Amino acid sequence: MQLSAKTLRQGKWHMRKKMIRQHWPLYLFLLPTVVYFLLFRFYPLYGLQLAFKNYRVVDGIAGSPWVGLDNFRRFFSTADFGKLMWNTLGVSVFTLIFTFPLPIILALLLNQLPSLRYKKLVQTTVYAPHFISTVVMVGMIFLFTSPSSGLINKIIEGFGGKAIHFTAEPGWFVPMYVISEIWQSTGWGSILYLAALAGVSPELHEAALVDGANKFQRVWHIDIPGILPTIVIMMILNAGKIMNVGFEKAYLMQTSLNIRASEIIATYVYKRGVLKSQISFATAVGLFESVVNMILVLIVNWISRSVTDSSLF
Amino acid sequence: MKRPRNGIALSRADKAFDVLDYILLTIAFLLVAYPLYFVVIASVSDPIAVYEGRVIIWPIKPTLEGYARIFSYESLFIGYKNTLLYTLIGTAINVVMTITAGYALSRKELVGRNVMMMGVMFTMIFSGGMIPNYLLVRSLGLYNTMWALILPGAVSTWNLIVCRTFFQQTIPDELREAAELDGCGDTGFFLRVVLPLSSSIIAVMVLFYAVSHWNSYYNALIYLSSTSKYPLQLVLRNILIVNTLDDMVNDVATQAAQQRMGDLIKYGMIIVSSLPLLVLYPFLQKYFVQGVMIGAIKG
Repeated sequence: MQLSAKTLRQGKWHMRKKMIRQHWPLYLFLLPTVVYFLLFRFYPLYGLQLAFKNYRVVDGIAGSPWVGLDNFRRFFSTADFGKLMWNTLGVSVFTLIFTFPLPIILALLLNQLPSLRYKKLVQTTVYAPHFISTVVMVGMIFLFTSPSSGLINKIIEGFGGKAIHFTAEPGWFVPMYVISEIWQSTGWGSILYLAALAGVSPELHEAALVDGANKFQRVWHIDIPGILPTIVIMMILNAGKIMNVGFEKAYLMQTSLNIRASEIIATYVYKRGVLKSQISFATAVGLFESVVNMILVLIVNWISRSVTDSSLF
Repeated sequence: MKRPRNGIALSRADKAFDVLDYILLTIAFLLVAYPLYFVVIASVSDPIAVYEGRVIIWPIKPTLEGYARIFSYESLFIGYKNTLLYTLIGTAINVVMTITAGYALSRKELVGRNVMMMGVMFTMIFSGGMIPNYLLVRSLGLYNTMWALILPGAVSTWNLIVCRTFFQQTIPDELREAAELDGCGDTGFFLRVVLPLSSSIIAVMVLFYAVSHWNSYYNALIYLSSTSKYPLQLVLRNILIVNTLDDMVNDVATQAAQQRMGDLIKYGMIIVSSLPLLVLYPFLQKYFVQGVMIGAIKG
């Protein structure tokens, strides 16, 4: 006897219904979060249609007239477009290049440190900047780089140099952004690699010791290959953020004098959309950024899956 | 055995490695610690000495004037009070929602689990962005209320996944089956068995969410218009970055002296606003580290 597909399907639905009835509290647990995701994460996607419309408050999202790709055309043809892309990519690529390897090196050094107490002291200290807010971080940058009283300029003057007005020169925006990022995130970033290093088999180190390998050789041939999978995963995660320069720090670091280098896509969207109420135009710019980001994540994920077998999804 | 023969050369290479290790880590330590230490000593030194670059190792002519001016600045207290309120209510909502949903999503019996996880993952790589969210908050009538700082970030996708991973790994199916045989339902099992076993993940979630509420300014910048609702970080922004110090330095005679006094106040502000976190952090460090590691297992 063969069961018909229909009976099978009915059986499956029956099972599911039974399961839901049996475990109904689980659905109650989920309810607030499902509502939250639908309202605050998925409903805004519906608002993205404004990128192809001319938003008028009285007509609302659905009633505003369609304008096709006009908003995008306008964005691509403004003088701002090239500059924004260049600034956004510049900040993120330099941040990535400089902030990626340092936590790995820090973790390798910490892992080999003979004194556990000193290791603990260094760890506690280098993790601390992670807890400083972006506002305070940028406040510190402004204080330290002040041309008249900042510590950094006092040091430059101490060596006989001339004080630099860091926050007024566009050329210093990216270096200041990257250096403060290194200062704040290197310690915290090393936690993952330290965890991976703790998983490297001690037997490998013992065998290498018997063969007469010194510490440097053991770090190079055992520790680094041991944490390579973690490094690859972190690389994918980071590459996905290339177009995604955080609004918060860049916006705070902007001054009227460095705006040429510090205006990035996210701050531009804020100014056009929220401050100047050019809702449709800003939505289009934001959508452009989101799509480029998503494509980058998918590409990097695909490359990594075909080259190293590890991927996120 | 090769070892004894190479013993001396080996230990020399190893010793060189250790020395280099100590030197590099000491440099790293100083590069991180000194700016923090400098903020502390600059906040209690004579502003003229700071201005002239003479404050390097110890405070010079110690003064508490900066702090005196900070504590007579009313907006700071309003900001502090607002932030405490937002952090308490926000974190409570965050943690309850994330823990319950994370637990439900960890259960294999949940119908539609894969679809929901895919939906959650999707929001990690694609989102509506700033403007659609802004319109949503306005149309829900949340604009310029504290709920605009709490509801849009009620659940963090990353934390939700961390919680789910934790429950999958720490609550064995057998435990639940045994409880079920004893007549314990899902709610009872969650309250009486799961929660007591989850104190570490709850601590991690409370800390992660509380720190992000304490430090956030983005939502407040976009969604708040009245200064009486400003959280601490927006008050700080006005002082540290927009440089609006008027009330606090108006009585100082010259503009140069005003600027020096302003710097003193700013150093003190950094301390006053970061103090709760920096004081608590060494005691809570282990939970933070734990949280990063649970997240890493999934990654």
